Amino acid sequence: MKYVDEYRDGGLARKLAATISREANTGRTYNIMEFCGGHTHAIFRYGVQDLMPENVRFVHGPGCPVCVLPIGRIDNAIELAEKHGAIVCSYGDMMRVPASERRSLIKAKAEGADIRMVYSIRDALKIARETPDREVVFFAIGFETTTPPTAVAIKEARAARLKNFSIFCNHVLTPAAVAHILSSPEVKDHRTVAIDGFLGPSHVSSVIGSRPYEAAARDFQRPVVIAGFEPLDVMQATLMVIRQLNEGRYEVENEYFRVVTRDGNRKAQALVAEVLELRETFEWRGLGEVPLSALRIRDAYAEFDAEERFSIATRKVKDAKSCECPSILRGAKRPTDCKLFGRTCTPENPIGSCMVSSEGACAAYWTYGRFRFGTEGRALDRAKEAVQ
Amino acid sequence: MCLALPAEVVSIDRANDTAIVTLGPVKKEISIALLDDLAPGDFVLVHVGFALHKLSPEEAERTLALIRQSGEDPLEEFAA
Amino acid sequence: MTLMSRFSSRLDVTSGTIDMTHGSGGRATAQLVSEVFARHFDNPILAAGNDGAAFDVPAGRLVMSTDGHVISPLFFPGGNIGCLAVHGTINDVAMLGARPLHLAAGFIIEEGFPLADLDKIAASMAAAAQEAGVPIVTGDTKVVEKGKGDGVFITTSGVGIVPPGIDISGANAQPGDKIILSGSIGDHGIAILSKRANLEFDTEIKSDTAALHELVAHMIAQVPQIHCLRDPTRGGLGTTLNELAQQSRVGMRLREAAIAIKNDVRAACELLGLDPLYIANEGKLIAICPAEHADRLLAAMRAHPLGREAEIIGDVVADSNAFVQMETHFGGNRIIDWLSGEQLPRIC
Repeated sequence: MKYVDEYRDGGLARKLAATISREANTGRTYNIMEFCGGHTHAIFRYGVQDLMPENVRFVHGPGCPVCVLPIGRIDNAIELAEKHGAIVCSYGDMMRVPASERRSLIKAKAEGADIRMVYSIRDALKIARETPDREVVFFAIGFETTTPPTAVAIKEARAARLKNFSIFCNHVLTPAAVAHILSSPEVKDHRTVAIDGFLGPSHVSSVIGSRPYEAAARDFQRPVVIAGFEPLDVMQATLMVIRQLNEGRYEVENEYFRVVTRDGNRKAQALVAEVLELRETFEWRGLGEVPLSALRIRDAYAEFDAEERFSIATRKVKDAKSCECPSILRGAKRPTDCKLFGRTCTPENPIGSCMVSSEGACAAYWTYGRFRFGTEGRALDRAKEAVQ
Repeated sequence: MCLALPAEVVSIDRANDTAIVTLGPVKKEISIALLDDLAPGDFVLVHVGFALHKLSPEEAERTLALIRQSGEDPLEEFAA
Repeated sequence: MTLMSRFSSRLDVTSGTIDMTHGSGGRATAQLVSEVFARHFDNPILAAGNDGAAFDVPAGRLVMSTDGHVISPLFFPGGNIGCLAVHGTINDVAMLGARPLHLAAGFIIEEGFPLADLDKIAASMAAAAQEAGVPIVTGDTKVVEKGKGDGVFITTSGVGIVPPGIDISGANAQPGDKIILSGSIGDHGIAILSKRANLEFDTEIKSDTAALHELVAHMIAQVPQIHCLRDPTRGGLGTTLNELAQQSRVGMRLREAAIAIKNDVRAACELLGLDPLYIANEGKLIAICPAEHADRLLAAMRAHPLGREAEIIGDVVADSNAFVQMETHFGGNRIIDWLSGEQLPRIC
């Protein structure tokens, strides 16, 4: 596959690894938060951490829209199907996330709720057109990458005068989350969670551009390097972060310049601004209320807003008592610090979102952290650090 | 970060704002409502059935060159 | 033709549908069995017209296997639920080193199911059984109310005989053994996905559904010392290797570069965010044998049409944790873990 395979070259990887080892200053550690789930996935799938020196560690961030969606919102999605009889369309990622009373979309579906998995919001529009006598609600999640498709769909629905289509909007914003983490007491004052720099998200940035990160880099004095999501991109961007830290710089650099520009996709941004607007505040699982971090549908398009159409009230639901997802999402605790990890909470029986999402820290650690070889026992320690 | 892949535009349907793209040998119909000025042969990033951005072949080549350069050991040329 | 003359008119196989009378056990059922199933499956044992099948068995250990098939869609590129069912049970029997003898087929059909489709499925099963030399000698038919079935469910059972001196079991893998894979992975699962609603794309991928018993017989003839055989169906290569590792209480080290994946399959997996290691295969097998016989076994497999792309993909090692690990293309290492639940396409 063109523009994919070249960035997975093992030979180049080893050379890059050697350079990183040479340039990483042995007198310090480099804690690099890779914000997005896709980067975590690449790191584990290709074993990138194996190629890093001991003092270069990846810190897993909350860049997984599945992990940060509060339980109460999933309850609402189930409610839309069960109480309101709507056809609820959802991306695959959300289907197994546990909500209240250990229910989930997939369990509700098994019990008869009309919940359908789709690859694209266009599929939901198709269903709405084909079943005009049924309400169709699309469970919209995701960061800025996934938001423009929602905006396009709403405009298409209006143009087609669809009367039975609405969106349950849970789109969240990346820079707000990054700033929130960096201003959290653990990071800012107590420094119990060390974050020296960031690997910026690839595809969020293709939409919003690199400009929005400039404020965070400057105000919090941390380098941000926007990285492509192939393993060589991740390594090259890591090298760039290390160089910035060595040189005392804190700028926004762009490794993924084959796609990301400073301005981003203006057309997409305009479409989003036309249809959606900022919420004052939104609850993020693990981070609590984060101001100006999420979007809602504008009043002008209220007929497509499921929250208006169906009078949904979102309850604040606490995570299971001993579930440490909130701390793990902030990087404040490790999966092994959670009492439930590996005991009652496993991929087969996930209690929190960190275990259910394939990029959640706990799922990653479960898969990677039980890894033990004889002489390569150090791999386990590195794995532990990788999901710190 | 969201799963998105570079795919080649094969044909464009301007009336419906859609295009057929190929990822290797797999073909798919996607929406191009988020982009202007597309032509067959262009590469786009595809996410959840939508083209999000064009991919620049020149910049892709430059990225690889940069990565190759990063992999060079400055001391190699001095090795015996 | 005497069977047909019992009924006043022929079933309308072109545009007719199944109704509840077809499952009642009376004349309608007899006609359905006669004009659809018996017509296609046609063999002496079935023609005897009894509720069960009686036949002689050669000497050796008897092997039995059963499988329920609930696949959707029923028709997919490269096959349908019918031939899949026949191949699946033949393969299960073969994976114990046995020569399959006969099959039984039970059908649970939903009211309203088109007779044309049922006929196609039966014809396909008959062709598959015929080609494999393993006849369907007995069966059963039931009909359920509309909404209580997904078109048709098929259960196939099979019996076979293990030749003397052959001991093949998932518990037999030993440290030092080689792991051989007969061909490319992911074909069947992606062929299915390409047809399911909401996840459509154009691809040339056909299901690899095939009967593997002749390949197995050929392999055993060359290397009777084979320790394990298994076909990586649901859950894919990753899950099956974990099952074997667990059963034998050993570890495994694989090389990603040796695992064949067709380009179409690879691209489709990328698009959906799926890992080909966990996607179903219906015409491939894994063989584990002592290292000293591996090259000979590989050659034997490659000499057979269903094993042309066979490769040694790894080694069995001592490991009390029974981990399956893989050296990636990239040079790193990763664990191939058990899959928990079905893999779902993802957006992030």
